[in-house]
Amino acid sequence: MNYIEKTGRTVDEAVESALKEMNLTRDQVEVEVLEEPTKGLFGILGGKPARVRVMKKDSPSERARELLEKVMQTMNLNVDIEVNEKNEKILININGPDLGILIGRRGETLDALQYLVNLSSNKNMEKRKRILIDIEGYRKRREETLKKLAYKLADKARQRGRNVVLEPMNSMERRIIHTALQDREDIYTFSEGEEPYRKIIIAPKK
Amino acid sequence: MKELVEVLAKALVDHPEMVTVDMIEKEKSCVIELRVAPDDMGKVIGKQGRIARAIRTVVKAAATKERKKVTVEII
Repeated sequence: MNYIEKTGRTVDEAVESALKEMNLTRDQVEVEVLEEPTKGLFGILGGKPARVRVMKKDSPSERARELLEKVMQTMNLNVDIEVNEKNEKILININGPDLGILIGRRGETLDALQYLVNLSSNKNMEKRKRILIDIEGYRKRREETLKKLAYKLADKARQRGRNVVLEPMNSMERRIIHTALQDREDIYTFSEGEEPYRKIIIAPKK
Repeated sequence: MKELVEVLAKALVDHPEMVTVDMIEKEKSCVIELRVAPDDMGKVIGKQGRIARAIRTVVKAAATKERKKVTVEII
């Protein structure tokens, strides 16, 4: 395990010095008090210092943050990483200048990064948590684009009375389109093909 | 880029101490060779090479910044 033991005049002082040495903040660690400090005679003689054991927390969200920080460092990117834990999900937002390369074409790099972070953070964990990473609000923007595209192509399918085949997309993106069009009466949607080339087909209802 | 492969590989395997990464640089391209413990091979390759593909995608992104062609080989 990753821990150190420290002594100090008070418990807080001991914890502080441990945090400084480990380069962590208070919420990234667990503290175990090994010995409470005792005051000696007149506060000088025979007093005992506080002794604490400070342990690094090991949770998927901590692991994810750590890995992302290291990755950004090796790529010389100056970013701000924000981690939010929500029940079974961990949402991570990355913000900073010049993050286009981290998103990649159609979010390809972002998806790859998210996949690797998921694997690594949930490795040997009893409970798996799904980690969703977004960079500069890319996923939100992409969702809007896909919805607009879905409406446009649905109209095209109806007008021409023929199937419209979309380009291959991953399951998350396909879901956005299926959901966007599920209430339409004039067309229906289904997917065809094998991953990763699975694609949506919009067909007019007869 | 070498460090990037190392960081990613170490985060995925069970024996990070067995991870070694070498980089062979040429004029406009370079080859990064990744070696891991035999029983960790699956953890860096994945089903149908899915993990290896993800590693290559991320490394490629880092490489465009340096305007270089990179291949990652798992040995």
